[in-house]
Amino acid sequence: MISLTARVRSACRHRWAKTVLFVICLGPLAFWLRGIALDDLGANPAEALIRSSGDWTLRALCLALAVTPLRVMAQAPELARFRRMLGLFTFFYVLLHLIFYAWFDMGWDVADISADIVKRPFILVGFAAAVGLSFLAATSFNGAIRWMGAKRWQVLHKGVYAIAALGLLHFFWMRAAKTNFTEVAVYAAILGVLMGWRVWRLFRKRS
Amino acid sequence: MKNHSNNKGFLHPYPHEITPQSVYQDRRNVLRQLAMGAAGVAASGWASRQALAQTGKPGVLAELASVPSGVAGAMSLDKVTAYKDASSYNNFYEFGYDKSDPVRLAHTLQTTPWTVEVEGLVKRPAKYTLEDLLKLSPMEERIYRLRCVEGWSMVIPWVGYSLAELIRKVEPTGNAKYVEFVTQADAKTMPGIRSGSLDWPYVEGLRLDEAMHPLTLLSFGMYGEILPKQNGAPVRLVVPWKYGFKSGKSLVKIRFVEKMPVTAWAKAAAQEYGFYSNVNPLVDHPRWSQASERRIGEEGGLLAKKRKTLMFNGYEAQVGQLYAGMDLKKFF
Repeated sequence: MISLTARVRSACRHRWAKTVLFVICLGPLAFWLRGIALDDLGANPAEALIRSSGDWTLRALCLALAVTPLRVMAQAPELARFRRMLGLFTFFYVLLHLIFYAWFDMGWDVADISADIVKRPFILVGFAAAVGLSFLAATSFNGAIRWMGAKRWQVLHKGVYAIAALGLLHFFWMRAAKTNFTEVAVYAAILGVLMGWRVWRLFRKRS
Repeated sequence: MKNHSNNKGFLHPYPHEITPQSVYQDRRNVLRQLAMGAAGVAASGWASRQALAQTGKPGVLAELASVPSGVAGAMSLDKVTAYKDASSYNNFYEFGYDKSDPVRLAHTLQTTPWTVEVEGLVKRPAKYTLEDLLKLSPMEERIYRLRCVEGWSMVIPWVGYSLAELIRKVEPTGNAKYVEFVTQADAKTMPGIRSGSLDWPYVEGLRLDEAMHPLTLLSFGMYGEILPKQNGAPVRLVVPWKYGFKSGKSLVKIRFVEKMPVTAWAKAAAQEYGFYSNVNPLVDHPRWSQASERRIGEEGGLLAKKRKTLMFNGYEAQVGQLYAGMDLKKFF
């Protein structure tokens, strides 16, 4: 009998695996488009879209950061194939998050947007995280690694840990208005475990 | 270019912008003439809105009959928000943080029997049953704008009467300066009470003259029916010129006191939520601007522009004098 891990590993190696993941990752977008078409996004559709796109950015980021720990622990090197796509979907959803905010909340008013970024620290932090992600997305293709040199590329892409911290702070600050931290705690715990594993491995290698 | 003075947090109009009293007082005649005249496009909109407010009941809960209010400013001409939106998108922390929680969870609220205790510095303290309160004064319909501190707004046809009617019955004594409103806090039926996000029960307050203002409404219904549980059944306060959180839901106690009450939000974040909390586009919340608002159900949907928030939520003519001489940036 073939073990479950082996089956999952072989599924990951399937030539359609990436396509299937790509389609799954478009799920939230499809859900919003359906909601817009059917006017089914509740009393405040603008708020629903802005919040939901933020949620999915955090979720995609958690998934992208989970790839390496899973790959090492499950000894499944084929998982590495999905890391870039998950990272790029994180950027895709943060881009939609920014567009929804600038369009539905600010009506593309540049003066209002800049005033808002200065006025609200949580917007500033979120904006900084999105800018950070855009650098990683811009250097995500294979050529960028050659062009930058693997060492420098790695240093830049380690920046994703700082970006995750900023994203979490952005979410925490936003929820601070209602002192409602349950979901923030869940994301903090997930990201904490993913970071903790990396720190633990670093120390184990050294000793 | 001339600029409006915004001395003391008021945006003062120029004399030429103020509608002459004769025109203002004649507005009902103007509308009547329009409705009778041939050019009835605008007027028919007005008339159908009146008809909707009077007869277009959602058919969800028991009917609560009323007559249109004659109180100045009580009948907004803005498009009334859809019942579905008004009854499914609101804050009621006793049932959870999310604005979609109350409609899902408030069904556990026990509204019968219900009593409201009126106590403190009054000559006739009393425990009113809901039935007593329903009979205390004739029911009026009032179409109020509602502006949430979070930056969204609705237009809701409430049913009730001026809180002043009740206050006159209980006769506050000379040293009563404030009114404290205590709302229901039952851990068994309200999941939010168990989570302890605020210091329960939810307490709100008004200055006595604010509480006596004819626009301050003791409400028992909306859209011609009794209040849905998620909107604060069976009896709540509606203070249309203040941010929504000042209007306590599911009231159980009204207390007349000498000292300014410490409200639930002041306890949680005093620097963010002042006692007055009048709607004021010139005084920002420490963490966001209050200059504009998203009207729920606005024409144009997702792409609708936000509206400019009005001083005292558009009720300056009626309530501005309550704050004459006060620095509204200080007393926010």
